[in-house]
This record gives sequence, structure tokens and C-alpha cells, in this order.
Amino acid sequence: MSYELIAIGASWGGLHAMSALLDGLAPEVDPPLVLAQHRRVDSQRGALAELLQKHVERPVREPDDKEPIEPAHVYVAPADYHLLVENGFFSLSTDARVQFARPSIDVLFESVAAAYAERAIGIVLTGANEDGARGLAAIKAAGGATVVQDPASAERRFMPEAALALAGGADAILPVEEIPGFLYELCVGARR
Amino acid sequence: MALPVGRPEEESGLEQIEVDLLLEGIYRRYGFDFREYAPASLRRRLRRRMDGERVETLSALQSLVLHDPQVMERLLLDLSINVTAMFRDPTFFLAFRRQVVPLLRTYPFSRIWVAGCSTGEEVYSLAILLAEERLSERTRIYATDINEAVIDVARLGVFPLEKMQEYTHNYIRAGGTRAFSKYYVARYDGAQFARSLVDSVVFAQHNLASDAAFNEFNVITCRNVMIYFDRPLQDHVHRLFYESLATFGILALGQKESIGQSPHEGAFEELAAEERLYRKVR
Ligand SMILES: C[S@@+](CC[C@H](N)C(=O)[O-])C[C@H]1O[C@@H](n2cnc3c(N)ncnc32)[C@H](O)[C@@H]1O
Repeated sequence: MSYELIAIGASWGGLHAMSALLDGLAPEVDPPLVLAQHRRVDSQRGALAELLQKHVERPVREPDDKEPIEPAHVYVAPADYHLLVENGFFSLSTDARVQFARPSIDVLFESVAAAYAERAIGIVLTGANEDGARGLAAIKAAGGATVVQDPASAERRFMPEAALALAGGADAILPVEEIPGFLYELCVGARR
Repeated sequence: MALPVGRPEEESGLEQIEVDLLLEGIYRRYGFDFREYAPASLRRRLRRRMDGERVETLSALQSLVLHDPQVMERLLLDLSINVTAMFRDPTFFLAFRRQVVPLLRTYPFSRIWVAGCSTGEEVYSLAILLAEERLSERTRIYATDINEAVIDVARLGVFPLEKMQEYTHNYIRAGGTRAFSKYYVARYDGAQFARSLVDSVVFAQHNLASDAAFNEFNVITCRNVMIYFDRPLQDHVHRLFYESLATFGILALGQKESIGQSPHEGAFEELAAEERLYRKVR
């Protein structure tokens, strides 16, 4: 099995968790990482991508509508847009908020489940709401791999717990520092 | 005899068949054409209507939609995304003021096409900007949308009062120099914008997917419309705009839309890349 896309959802505490994840990421792990991070609608354009870029070599960017998805990139959903994937490219929308969120993690994950199915990995990180739970369940049902940040180690445990409850567990439940190693096993280990 | 049916991993292929049939049915029964809309968001909206109608499959939704026009009306609301705001993305209007206005001044007369104008907030914003730059007499705005209902709202120019604070803030960030409140009067049903702003605006129904070019323009703005289209339809619309733009005409796209999607990318140069303002140079 080879994985072609890693989808990540984060809310409260996400900048910190995502930074830690990128810090530990080996360059050989080359599927694109696609992040939906809740934040204020008036967040400065590109600011989150800039902050995350400090933690990783590969380019971090907010994709445009219909932009091709490339390996070894980190993509961040722009503030106030939903980010969806089609097979091989992004699609943005300003449809209504889902559970008060835009970008919504569920919207991203459900599109990932539909387009990438068993070629996807879904990761739910820290947060104080239930977004991502339905999406993670969809990725799991489509045959993808699932990872949830260990609630005990998360800055806010509610979101990882909700994901675990709805998806009925995950392939791995790990402190964020150990997620890069698990991704290495999934994406590179299998190739050896 | 056992029929050869798809394996579970082909379920998504099955969903695509159902989507295609439903959209084809809607088109043939009601004439609304969603066949070239971006599939991922479209699927979400269809699923929302399935939940609303309490049906489990798209085929069941299809049956309801074809037999019951009221279901079609509800679906239409789910499928029409009209969200807009005055001076949406203020930095865009600031760039327009600083970089497009000087170009417009060099023409004795210019035409601006606001394609996909929705309920008109963008049109009134531009009209205010042009009035402040003393260009009103020398420009004509053509504002079009596929949806008659939103154009009617646009013609009235009454917008929700509770939005005025947000719009005032946007206006200032967009480089506005007056008191925003002088452009409207507060009425019981909303903020009525000055009729004089849109005296010379032509409002008309126009479908970007199927209607032809209708004039030559110095500026075309089409913001947050094409993100709802799939790539072939985007290509089609880009061609329409290319053909409708005068040489050295300006194309303005939404904050997350790129000229990179246009088959005519090579004919444009960046005027303000961050603000998605491009200039046709050949
Ligand atoms: C999200 S609104 C954008 C409004 C405004 N331009 C803005 O940026 O705030 C999208 C508009 O595109 C219109 N639209 C959708 N398909 C269209 C088509 N095929 N031709 C013309 N307008 C279309 C919709 O009716 C809707 O009013």
C-alpha cells in the first residue's frame, strides 16, 4: 500500500502541535501534507504558512483554487475558505461554515476520503470541538489510515477524543512528537 | 446470471454515476445546468439536501427532485452560493484605487463588467470608489449574474443594516476617504444606498456558461464565481473574458483564484499579483 496524501486537522493549540509534527518530519516522507487549522476569519493572509515554514524545508503554502497537489509540499487551508481535494488538485469554497468552522476539517477529510480512499492518511490533532470526527470516520471507512493525537498529551483533548469515539479508535494514538516516526513507517518503511 | 457489479472500493465510482444522472435529470427537467460545477463541493451540497429530505441515496433524491418542483427549489437554494460583501477583501479595492484607477484616467470612457455580481454589494463598492475618484461620468458598469432574483436585489440597493459596521470598516481599509454613512439612508428594512451611485449601471441576466460575449471591456471583475466551476468550464469562461477584454484591459479574480488556470495565462501580465489583478498585454 502506498500513501499519497496526508490530511491533518487541528484547532485550539494546533500551531504548536503542527510545528512539533513538522520539526520531526523526515524528508523521505514525501506525500503532500494538507492542513485544516481553525483560526480567526481575519487572520492575515499567508501568516500561518509563514510560521510553519520555519519548521520544515519543503514549501508551505496556501493553495489557490484548482492548484495541482504536489508531493513534498505542505498546504494550509486559507482562512475563511473550505479546502477540498479532487483527484490531484485542490478546490476551494466559501460555502456555509460547518459546525461554525471555515475551513472545516470534516469538509477537507470527507473530500479526501472520496478522492484518495485507501491512499490517504488522516490525522486529528488538538482542539476543543468536534470537527474532524466525521471526517476521520469517513477516511477510515474508505480504507485510509488514521492517526489521533493522544488526548492526554494534547493541549485540548476534546477533539482527539471526539474523533476516537466516532471513528471507533484509530490505527495509532500518539503524542504529537511520535507521529512523524509513525508516518515514516507508513510511507517509507513499507517501501524498503 | 450474476451481474458484474463494482467492488466496494468502486463505491465512489457509483456515486459519480448517480451524481451525473441527477444533474442530467435536473438539466433536462428544469433547465438548470450544474453539470460543470466543481464536483467535491457539489457532492457535499447534494448530501446536505439528501439529509434534509431524509433519503439515503442520490438516486432517491433524483426521484424526488424530478417529481416534485418544491424539492428542486430547496435544492436550488443549496446549490446557489451568493455570499458577498461590500468591499470584500479591502486590499483588493485599495489596489484597484491605486493601480487600476490611474489607467482608467487615461481613457475618455471605459466599460467595466462585474460578472457574477450576486446581490450587488461589489457593484456598489466599485461605484462608490469610482465616484470618489471622479470617474463616474466616464465609466459604465455592466453587472451580470445567472440568477434573476439576486439581480433584483442588486437593483434595489438595500443591504442589511447590521452589516454597516463591518462594511464601514472594510471601506476604510479599502482606502475610503469620506464618511461611509453618507452613501446610504437607514430605513426600517435596511440601508438604502443612493440611487445616483447606480444611475448608469446596467444590470442584466447573463450565464457565463452558455451566453456569448456582449461588449468590449476595459475591466472585467469576476471574483469568487469560477471557484464553483470545474476546470473545463473555467477554461471556457476564461476564453470568454479574454475575448471580451480590450488590449491592456484588466482582469480581476477572487483572492484565491489564479490566472494560472487560464488557457490565456501567457497573454496577461501581473498588475498586482497578490490582489489577483492582471493586465491583458497581447
Ligand atoms: C459567491 S457569489 C460572488 C459575488 C461577488 N462577485 C463577490 O465576490 O462577492 C457567486 C455568484 O456567481 C453567480 N453564478 C454562478 N454561476 C454562474 C454562471 N454560470 N453565470 C453567471 N453567474 C453565475 C451566482 O449566482 C452568485 O451570485
